[in-house]
Amino acid sequence: MHQTFDAALGINLLHTNQIGAEHNREHFDEWGIVCLNIMSGPGAGKTALLEKTLLGLSDRLKIAVIEGDMTTELDADRLRSSGVPVIAINTGRACHLDSQMVAGGIHQLTQQLNPNQLDLVLVENVGNLVCPAEFEVGEHAKVALLSVTEGEDKPLKYPIMFQEADCLLISKIDLVPYLEIDIERMEANIRQINPTAKILQISAKTGQGLEEWFNWIFSQLM
Amino acid sequence: MHEVDMTKALIATLKNWYKEQPENHKIEKVHLIVGKFTCVEPASLQFAFINCTKNTFLDGVELAIQETPLIAFCADCNREYLPEIGSHYSCPHCQSPMQDIRSGRELKIDRIQYSSLN
Repeated sequence: MHQTFDAALGINLLHTNQIGAEHNREHFDEWGIVCLNIMSGPGAGKTALLEKTLLGLSDRLKIAVIEGDMTTELDADRLRSSGVPVIAINTGRACHLDSQMVAGGIHQLTQQLNPNQLDLVLVENVGNLVCPAEFEVGEHAKVALLSVTEGEDKPLKYPIMFQEADCLLISKIDLVPYLEIDIERMEANIRQINPTAKILQISAKTGQGLEEWFNWIFSQLM
Repeated sequence: MHEVDMTKALIATLKNWYKEQPENHKIEKVHLIVGKFTCVEPASLQFAFINCTKNTFLDGVELAIQETPLIAFCADCNREYLPEIGSHYSCPHCQSPMQDIRSGRELKIDRIQYSSLN
């Protein structure tokens, strides 16, 4: 006799990734590390921001970087010149980092140094405004960059990234005089979906807003 | 295409469930709930599922995707509203930001329909 049955599961599709993310976070907590997941579309200035962040903070904090890049080590090489440990993860064709890849990065870090000495791990995600927002990697907070050249409407078109972010950096702010961009509207669009995130206007080039950005990082370390 | 990753995660979960069952059976249909306010496109998920399950125990299994709308709750107005994805998320009555999402963020394997082989 052919009988059909129903089994209720109610399991999140990303269950396995979330378990991995929690596991990574437990490691970070055990070592007293705060981990920030830095995300944006391609070319919003994540690597430039990290360069300035390492330059500005590495005498005050012990930092390591986990760098996700689709095929190259170009970004990792740029950051290595700061002297900070940088683990490069080639994601292949995957358009985001997941918790398993970051676990591999953590493992490599622990082979290079004693993680108890670290204060901060900065994860630079793959440049993509869509899926990194859905894949937690074990971070304590999410940072999203939106450059002024991308236009005011990006937060409306790619809302999940901006809704999930704890800190929003409006980058390349020094270019505003050359563009037709309404920064107030850009911020208002972010506020529609995220009324509580810290929003900062920054320029890695001129240094505008970087002190506030560093202060925000310190507020996460408390 | 991150739907492939989601599909792999789905297959891994289904495999675990399948192995835990005491008797032989055949999975016929898998029901998912996917919110409109996620980064998942149901058509891409269907496509990835068909391609990733070929010649596996899930070959030919039907994937049913129920989409849920984005519904937010405005605390100031004390009412639910439907934000317009892509253009407007604030409350249409008082313009308060979207804070309390009641539906639309689901990414869930809801249930499995299976039949016994005996």
